[in-house]
Amino acid sequence: MPELVITVARFGFLILLWIFVFTVVGVIRRDLFAGARSGRLVAAPRAVGAPAGQQPAKPAKVKRGRAAHQLVVTAGQLAGTRITLGEAQITIGRAEDSTLVITDDYASARHARLVPRDGQWFVEDLGSTNGTYLDRAKVTGPTPVPLGVPIRIGRTSLELRP
Amino acid sequence: MTAAATPAISPPTGEQSGVRLARSRRNSELSLLLLAMVLVAAYQATIEATLLDTVTSDFWVPAAALTAVFLGVHVVVRFLAPFADPALLPAVALLNGIGVGFLRRLDLDDAAPADRADLATFAGIGGRQLLWTLISVLLAAGLLVLMRDHRSVSRYAYTLGLAGIVLVMIPAVLPARFSEINGAKLWIRVGSFSIQPGEFAKLALLVFFAYYLVRKREVLSLASRRFLGIDFPRGRDLGPVLVVWAISLMVLIFQKDLGTSLLYFGMFVVTLYIATERVSWLLIGLMLFFVGAYMAYVLGSTVGGPFANFYVRAEIWLDPFADPTDKGYQLVQGLLALGTGGLFGAGPGGGEPGILPEVQNDFIFAGIGEEIGLFGLSALLIVYLLIVERGLRAALAVRDSFGKLLAGGLSFTIGLQVFVIVGGISGLIPLTGQTTPFLSAGGSSLMANWLIIAVLLRVSDAARRPVASGGGGPAARPGGGPPQQLHGAPTEVIRP
Repeated sequence: MPELVITVARFGFLILLWIFVFTVVGVIRRDLFAGARSGRLVAAPRAVGAPAGQQPAKPAKVKRGRAAHQLVVTAGQLAGTRITLGEAQITIGRAEDSTLVITDDYASARHARLVPRDGQWFVEDLGSTNGTYLDRAKVTGPTPVPLGVPIRIGRTSLELRP
Repeated sequence: MTAAATPAISPPTGEQSGVRLARSRRNSELSLLLLAMVLVAAYQATIEATLLDTVTSDFWVPAAALTAVFLGVHVVVRFLAPFADPALLPAVALLNGIGVGFLRRLDLDDAAPADRADLATFAGIGGRQLLWTLISVLLAAGLLVLMRDHRSVSRYAYTLGLAGIVLVMIPAVLPARFSEINGAKLWIRVGSFSIQPGEFAKLALLVFFAYYLVRKREVLSLASRRFLGIDFPRGRDLGPVLVVWAISLMVLIFQKDLGTSLLYFGMFVVTLYIATERVSWLLIGLMLFFVGAYMAYVLGSTVGGPFANFYVRAEIWLDPFADPTDKGYQLVQGLLALGTGGLFGAGPGGGEPGILPEVQNDFIFAGIGEEIGLFGLSALLIVYLLIVERGLRAALAVRDSFGKLLAGGLSFTIGLQVFVIVGGISGLIPLTGQTTPFLSAGGSSLMANWLIIAVLLRVSDAARRPVASGGGGPAARPGGGPPQQLHGAPTEVIRP
């Protein structure tokens, strides 16, 4: 074999090796950005499967200012989870079709819900066994929820954030 | 590369256009896999061109055999883990293929020049490695078939933990003639056949660690005294760490193997760190390990006995050139090989791996390095890095704690093993007999590592699978009617 062919093969192999590395990195990169999109779990009820993935931005823009825009889980198993608030109510409980499914021994299947009314969110207990607490007070009827005040359900704690 | 990012097949539930644009990326995996196999064939051809001065007409046979096997596992992944990570399988396939190619190159070197051209496909260590690859990939595929959900293994956590400890201990209690190879008691030898149970113990122990720590994480992450800005755990919570430390020290003493002991201990400490998110565990772990290793070194120099092996290795590491023809021979030859390779290497087939002791095993990285140089070696190291990164990524994304710990721990284990052996060869840490994952000759290591990859594929499938794929929602909504306003539709959970 001529020397030239071997030299070309030698360096060709090395270059091919790096091409492979960069191709893998490229696939990972595309995956990363796709992942950034798909990392946002749409909190739609499972049974229905809404095509909300395509138009997530629209409802979130409706109101700004001092209104609550996020529901943040501050304690419990889901700590760190954020839910972007829209116009729709949020149901909380162990049931699979809740907006926020909490796996907490002290939570009921349909524990509580958060309902918006004229820009103000109300928390309402849905007849849970262990009760819902707004800060330290037990929630008996629809109660307005101020920003930053913890709603306690079992071991889980939730807060509204602007 | 295909730009076709459309889902290759519809997920089993048949729900496709519904909730989210979930991409399985199986086609990316397929094309990456084919590219990797082209690389392996090119490697083979270059070796033959250099060594034989001609390319035999069947140089492609090993590469084709590997391609067939990997395509088989690809099909299994396509149907059973459709959302698994697309980069994992091709990266591992490349390393495995290069390993087989290099071992075959060693066979060519050993064969008489007249016989070289018609070396059978399954002859020599290269052929055996090919066979082992086949078996390992079948095992990995079998694991994917059996384990449809990674959480199901947590049911056998205690059994696996016990099995792991037994596997670790067997070589230590066996008489040396059944278990000792090159001074390390890590094998079970029956005739010419030997297996390394410790390789399988890694996986078993990690399942146990993950399960145990998921249950105990709250206790273990309890804060206690704050010292130098770091939270240190309570004394009684240190128990399990000390037990694993003692076991790994015993591995160091009775099996005379620093690498394995470092691996077990590192595995546990990192899983503990992932579970509790406390840096103090890492510091405690490192401190314990260094104290243990230093004690073994001091005892080795004074008492000798079981510690002598470690002492000798540490001495070689401190000054490999003190005794370059006897004790330091292997390391010195390895360093010289890497040095000869230089930036671009001598070319596949152009090196002299024959003079490197254990080049098919521990020193395969130095042997390959001589031929592909720093340029090629860094590519291989990056491939390892990508495998570890994808594993950690799966750990980050998966939703259950057991899966997080399992995937995080396993991918870290692969990374640590590469570090231990490459660090040993390049003189960064004392040399220990570890196999280079997927490259080294040896069935045990290959099988165990492929099983790890199967678990990682399973976890990454769970991590990337769209949440809603469980319920059968209305498929493709006909017409352009406005989507029905659902009570939860505008909200979205953003994972931290």
